[in-house]
Amino acid sequence: MAPLLEVDDLRVEFGRGADTASVLNGVSYRVEAGETLAVLGESGSGKSVTAQTIMGILDTPPGRITGGAVRFKGEELLGADRERRRLLRGESMAMIFQDALSALNPVYTVGAQIAEQFRFRRGMSKKDAMVRAAELLDQVKIPNASQRVREYPHQFSGGMRQRAMIAMSLALDPELLIADEPTTALDVTVQAQIMELLDELRRERDMGMILITHDLGVVAEVADRIAVMYAGRIVEEADAATLYAHPAHPYTRGLMASVPRLDSSRGQLDPIPGLPPSLTNIPPGCPFHPRCAHAEDRCRTEVPALRQLDDPAAGPEGHRAACHFAERFVAASPEEVLTP
Amino acid sequence: MTDTLRQEPSLAGHDDGAVVSPQAESGLWSDAWKQLRRRPLFIVSGIVIVVLLVMALFPSLFTGADPTFQVLDRSGEAPSAGSWFGRDLFGRDVYARAIYGAGPSLAVGLLASLGTVLVGSLAGLTMGYFRGLTDSVMSRIAEIFAGIPFVLGGIVILTSLNKPGEIVGSTRLVVQVVLTIVLLSWPLAMRIMRAAALASSQQDYVKAARALGAGPLRIMFRHMLPNCLAPVLVYGTIQLGVFIGAEATLSYLGIGLKDPVVSWGVMISEVQARIIQMPHALFFPAAFLVVTVLAFVMMGDALRDALDPRGR
Repeated sequence: MAPLLEVDDLRVEFGRGADTASVLNGVSYRVEAGETLAVLGESGSGKSVTAQTIMGILDTPPGRITGGAVRFKGEELLGADRERRRLLRGESMAMIFQDALSALNPVYTVGAQIAEQFRFRRGMSKKDAMVRAAELLDQVKIPNASQRVREYPHQFSGGMRQRAMIAMSLALDPELLIADEPTTALDVTVQAQIMELLDELRRERDMGMILITHDLGVVAEVADRIAVMYAGRIVEEADAATLYAHPAHPYTRGLMASVPRLDSSRGQLDPIPGLPPSLTNIPPGCPFHPRCAHAEDRCRTEVPALRQLDDPAAGPEGHRAACHFAERFVAASPEEVLTP
Repeated sequence: MTDTLRQEPSLAGHDDGAVVSPQAESGLWSDAWKQLRRRPLFIVSGIVIVVLLVMALFPSLFTGADPTFQVLDRSGEAPSAGSWFGRDLFGRDVYARAIYGAGPSLAVGLLASLGTVLVGSLAGLTMGYFRGLTDSVMSRIAEIFAGIPFVLGGIVILTSLNKPGEIVGSTRLVVQVVLTIVLLSWPLAMRIMRAAALASSQQDYVKAARALGAGPLRIMFRHMLPNCLAPVLVYGTIQLGVFIGAEATLSYLGIGLKDPVVSWGVMISEVQARIIQMPHALFFPAAFLVVTVLAFVMMGDALRDALDPRGR
């Protein structure tokens, strides 16, 4: 059977001429029903653009899809007509945004915004839709839901807003939920609650979920599989346990080394040196080589393909990485400092 | 923990004290109306506007005098017990004329504002949503209209609609003047709406609405419009007075409303050569005009506040 979502060699550019930014350079991943795929990466690595392309809400122009495929349950979306795609949004796939305050319309009550889904897509009366909205708010664990439906977004706290946003996106029971940095704007305790809620809702509804984040801590708890993005490419993909136990790409290792850890005896963090490459001018060879401590001549000329690794510890989906020397890193533990 | 919270009935602090059921009507406009009813600004301006509308529709309720009845030997008479606002150059009762002038003045002001805001908003919203080519083409079209000087444009349009010396009914003349004003002023309202719509279309709530499968019309009218309304509403209420004045300009040039139709603009333009001799003939229609504009500006202000839930 076709997977719930399959992204295949997706390519997106912004702008034209000499200033063309190659934002996505062949992104491929798949999500199965009931599975959480975490997409990790720095700002500008193309996580959100991939999500927006999947949803069909990428602004074109300035964006331009130059290649690849997005298949939802086997149906090709990139060539599908607008109306078909519009009907899929909300119904089959939904998205939640980083900043719930700006993603909720300030002039409508929270209830009215959730009810909108039922009214316009299910043809419900205003009254019935509001009752359903209250039920949904209750499902996302907002206390006093039947009163809070009548409040405005600015009367909600940050965590409550994100819950309301989740309720809104789940109104029509989508099979795929894309969460674009859902917890970045929240404080740490609330982050954990929201992640827990998302995980619970995913399990209850057997939804596929794409969790976009740059926070390794958030990912560890809920992700089944993790895809690491860099400069518009997937550089490593594996199940969460494998990726944490023996990362195969120096960039992934760098990300992990730059997370503060309570159990570390070292007083300092090890940030990845340098900056992500400009997308108008991606370095030849491996895009990560200018920042990589292990780069060799081959890395400067030859683009490493994302390939299946021979990793006996990996799960059934395997372990994929785009590094010429991935095997060497897989064999080492994540903390071990390799000398080339 | 959440369960216990959920069971709790409404907490103290709800002014109605009762459990608010989700069934209760709650929408942008009904909430705005609830807000409006409590605002003194709205109540005061509302009363003034109602009085003006009654005056416009039933002028005979306010005065028994005939606004066109001339008593030439009382020309320019100062206010007295017999004629409260005095008399004009032709010895007509200024009070009666000011009352009878409300109708045509308000009709021109209201319809022109409404038309300008409606046409401008629709155009601006479309441009702000679709951007790109639609925006460029419509911007150029708007520039053509914006580039025509108001008075010159008015003369060209109105004189080509009516042959010189032709006797035209007052309704037809009001409609013509309104259409002329709308045609020449919609680009301003469009620019205001377009700027707001361009900003709004970049907001996350528009993206979120799209991500949930809202179509262009729903995004434009349900999500963007209420967020873009405030500036154009304020513009519309201020323009109301400007348009009543514009009607006076056209009247003065002999192409707007004219005798026997009375409007405040007509009255002001009639007296302008004799302001020193008979200031009362200028003062009273001007005062009516100022009060009207003030009432509508206040109304626009109250409406703008009520439509923004964050300000409550």
